[in-house]
Amino acid sequence: MVPRKEVLLEVKDLRIEGYSDEQWVEIVHGVDLTLHKGEVLGLIGESGAGKSTIGLASMGFARDGCRISGGSIEFDGMELTTTPESDLRALRGSRIAYVAQSAAASFNPAHRIIDQHTEAPIQYRIQKRVEAQEDAMELYHRLRLPNPNEIGFRYPHQVSGGQLQRAMTAMAMACRPDLIIFDEPTTALDVTTQIEVLAAIRDIVDQFNTAAIYITHDLAVVAQMADTIKVLLKGEEVEEAPTEQMLDSPSEDYTKSLWAVRSFKRPQKDRPAAADAVPIVSVKNVDAAYGKIQVLDDVSFDIYAGMTVAVVGESGSGKSTTARCITGLLPPTKGEILFNGESLPPRYQDRSKDQLRQAQMIYQMADTALNPKIRISEIIGRPAQFYGNLHGAELKNRVDELLDLIELDPAKFYNRFPPELSGGQKQRIGIARALAAEPSFIICDEVTSALDQLVAEGILKLLDKLQEDLNLAYMFITHDLATVRSIADEVVVMQKGKVVEQGPKDKMFTPPHHPYTDLLLSSVPEMDPNWLTTLLEERGTDSIGEAAKV
Amino acid sequence: MGDILQLVLKRLGLGVVTLFVISILIFFAVELLPGDIAQAVLGQAATPETVAALREKMGLDQPAILRYFQWLGGAVTGDFGVSLISGERVSTAISDRFVNTLFLACYAAVIAVPISIILGVIVALLRNTLFDRVANVVTLTSISSPEFFLGYILILYLAVKTNYFPAIASLSSDMSFGELLHRTFLPALTLVLVVTAHMMRMTRAAIINLLASPYIEMARLKGVPAWKVIVKHALPNAWAPIINVVALNLAYLITGVVLVEVVFVYPGIGQLLVDAVSKRDFPIVQACCLIFAATFILLNLAADVGSILTNPRLRHPK
Repeated sequence: MVPRKEVLLEVKDLRIEGYSDEQWVEIVHGVDLTLHKGEVLGLIGESGAGKSTIGLASMGFARDGCRISGGSIEFDGMELTTTPESDLRALRGSRIAYVAQSAAASFNPAHRIIDQHTEAPIQYRIQKRVEAQEDAMELYHRLRLPNPNEIGFRYPHQVSGGQLQRAMTAMAMACRPDLIIFDEPTTALDVTTQIEVLAAIRDIVDQFNTAAIYITHDLAVVAQMADTIKVLLKGEEVEEAPTEQMLDSPSEDYTKSLWAVRSFKRPQKDRPAAADAVPIVSVKNVDAAYGKIQVLDDVSFDIYAGMTVAVVGESGSGKSTTARCITGLLPPTKGEILFNGESLPPRYQDRSKDQLRQAQMIYQMADTALNPKIRISEIIGRPAQFYGNLHGAELKNRVDELLDLIELDPAKFYNRFPPELSGGQKQRIGIARALAAEPSFIICDEVTSALDQLVAEGILKLLDKLQEDLNLAYMFITHDLATVRSIADEVVVMQKGKVVEQGPKDKMFTPPHHPYTDLLLSSVPEMDPNWLTTLLEERGTDSIGEAAKV
Repeated sequence: MGDILQLVLKRLGLGVVTLFVISILIFFAVELLPGDIAQAVLGQAATPETVAALREKMGLDQPAILRYFQWLGGAVTGDFGVSLISGERVSTAISDRFVNTLFLACYAAVIAVPISIILGVIVALLRNTLFDRVANVVTLTSISSPEFFLGYILILYLAVKTNYFPAIASLSSDMSFGELLHRTFLPALTLVLVVTAHMMRMTRAAIINLLASPYIEMARLKGVPAWKVIVKHALPNAWAPIINVVALNLAYLITGVVLVEVVFVYPGIGQLLVDAVSKRDFPIVQACCLIFAATFILLNLAADVGSILTNPRLRHPK
């Protein structure tokens, strides 16, 4: 028998309230949590499950507008709920550290990275400035940041997102804390960058035997990182089990449904067999530039009616720019866009109303893409009125019909405002607005990446059904290959403004691949807890720390 | 740094263009005023012949466009013509007065700017406490009261009743610097009371605006003390709006002092302007307006450059 490890953090019956509509409402309803020294606990759940709130509470911290209303949080023998604020502050940064979701937003733009790193060790008199800086460089080295001796002296905006996220992990390590809270540290990153950060985090946590709470909504990611997984739903625990057991045999229905999300897959459709079939949209040798910076280089692909073409690539690869060229928002500097074989004017201002009607767009952030002050009926009704010239009762019928199409009850939603809707419902309104124009082609720009997995699956199924019913063609911009796997017929892989590979989905997912496609595919986390280890071995570095020592 | 220099030069060029447009406005606005200058100078009893002779002597018989360019040409070289009343050179008449106004503005600014920024930081730190509310009420009261009222209140309590300071800020050339500060303290204090509230409230708002940023939360979660979160993490990112509002108030200290100068009988440019307007001494009015415009433009330029210099993204390009 291995002796039971020492308990570091013990949370019992934690209750947290949030202030909304002028009253306190309980948002975390009695969660228990036990963490031993050197152990990693994964917290997963949809947004609103209370993951971040619980993570912060384990530092004795509640965001403005939240308060810890009950239960106990015992950290290494200290009861945090009754500890005075000044003592809690002395704990933060030194014994419990935090790694935030967006390093780009969480580093202060006004100070150099290393000055932010050394702030805590200097404040706690653990190290003098020079020692702290040397230690920071050592940590940068271990986290395999490029130019570890210089990178810290840059300002945050001069460093890429993945590097910043690693620098933030290094910062959390500065005082060698006993516990680190990782709050969705890789959610904002591309899959290829995510791997580097995941490997770096896992390694450094191992090396210093730090305990961690790893918060994420991505199951495959948490499978790589955590020893134990706790599933949360609406501020309550669903279940908790060691990682392997949780992956193999989840006992609760909710957990099973989370696990099943990634299994939605639709059979692949092929291009029309007829030799004279004309693609509905054809991008031909398009170059585009922002000012003097060229962002697209000879991009060509076709989209046929009723089919879904997924355009994948890292951020900055030109996916959204291609969409802007197709819609005429950004006139290409070279090449042309054909619609049903006819050349479209490059600028949207020069296109006819009918040409504009045919191609519609659905955006990533439904929150910002819908005007919060306009009623649903008008958001959907406006394009129906503009393109379909509908008025009065006709218009109302059309809006009801569209709401039915997106599976929202017209009686309930007709008069509501966007802020009253959930994320998934807002995205459905975005879809209805695109459908109102009766298009034959829709560009979906990362439409599911801001949504929880269950909700995202619902949106994908809806889009699929609409495609069947209305014979729509989709251009599906995404960086999530799981989405591609479930919905695409053809795949276009882009890198640095060029198309590196394209073809039917089944072919794209079977080797041999273009090296870049291979990199993208192999970087998508899998549910197997050994996936990261195996992958790093295959790529020739079995651990970041090892590599750094060489 | 080359980029910033280029930017400053570009703004400076734009400032010159703006000043040119303003000079046109000033000249022709004065031109539009009713009445005849020669008539006004000579009085109602003058014969038409003498009036015509004076008009010719003053160059008023020439077309306005021509006179504008003559005036502009002179102004560029610092020659604003001669006063119609005293016959003194405008530049000589103005320069002493302008120095006095600048002195009073600097005196007030040296007190007001640090006080309002420090107070702004403190009320941001102690936001929604009693101190915050009291500071807000006091500064708002002082900004809402007319300057002459504030001035007279100060005279009543600090000069008439207690005799701490002189009620009239008269200057003489042989007094010491200490005495100068003592004599001009009341007008300076009046100006301080007028401008502090605006700058303080802007500093408070600019800082509180940033407190919801993730990097502020990060600083808190690193265990940084509350005052340091404000001073080290929020303030450096709040400079741009603060600098702008400071520049606006500095400009006001120079161009808005008319009332205060009149109340304290202080020999500044504001008093000169009031006198000149009532006596229709147009060369002086035009010169004063041009100087005010240039002050505004220069201070706004300084604010722009200041905002750029405090933005790390512009200071340290990729």
